[in-house]
Amino acid sequence: MKILVSLSHYLILAAILFSIGVVGIFLNRKNVIIILMSIELMLLAVNINFVAFSHFLQDTAGQIFVFFILTVAAAEAAIGLAILVVLFRNLRTINVDDLSELKG
Amino acid sequence: MSAQDTIFYFFSAVLILSALGVITFRNPVYAALLLVLAFFSAAGIWLLLEAEFLAIALVLVYVGAVMVLFLFVVMMLDINLDKLREGFWKWFPFGALIAVVIAVEIGLVMMGDQFKQIIPLQPKASDYSNTKELGRLIYTEYVYVFELAAVVLLVAMVAAIALTLRHRTDKKSPNPSSQVKVKRNDRIRMVSMAPETKE
Repeated sequence: MKILVSLSHYLILAAILFSIGVVGIFLNRKNVIIILMSIELMLLAVNINFVAFSHFLQDTAGQIFVFFILTVAAAEAAIGLAILVVLFRNLRTINVDDLSELKG
Repeated sequence: MSAQDTIFYFFSAVLILSALGVITFRNPVYAALLLVLAFFSAAGIWLLLEAEFLAIALVLVYVGAVMVLFLFVVMMLDINLDKLREGFWKWFPFGALIAVVIAVEIGLVMMGDQFKQIIPLQPKASDYSNTKELGRLIYTEYVYVFELAAVVLLVAMVAAIALTLRHRTDKKSPNPSSQVKVKRNDRIRMVSMAPETKE
């Protein structure tokens, strides 16, 4: 049986997922937690692109790259959430509009 | 449509719907749980692409560690949702416009012919192991990058702990080193006093 799903299908799926992440940042621009989740969605879209190219080009280097992106994304999430916790402890809010302490 | 196509469309639909839920749900706990579902579907799609090790790593590392961290933080913070949802839909048309433009632009590029001329897929040998192949590459060609990744994780761990650690002043705890260092003369005082007698 012929398989219809091609590289383009995976790339378009990743494009849609990336756009959803962008919209998430626009919609939830007050809520830092959801903004972090939107960033995770965009990183996931990029990773899907890498894995798809790696499969269809028969080159394992793409999967190695995804491995390192996962590492950096995990570090980013851990530090982002730590900053969020410190922020909430000091200001009792996570509203982006209230975070103008550094404004001159 | 082959079984592989059906699985692809099923996982894609779940992935896109759960991603939409992540950005629209009111309660951040539901958003985090839907993000877990999105990661699971992405792991399914990666299995279709024969990236078995990364699919398992996504579930273990992302769902098992990062999303649990997210859930902890979301449940720990006592946030006023009404204030955060103010003007939620105000920027929706603008954001949706930009997203549609991005998606259409990327889509137009991806539909092009240059992605059709791809080398024909050769079936893998029956004893081929994706994990073994990745391990071989990581520990030979990419070993320096691998160690750099370890350093990145270490720095992230130190930074996260240093940021959230706080020295409380209102708690009472013994200081072991001063307890060990104590001398006899610090604790008792000899007084010479005359014996008391009853009258």
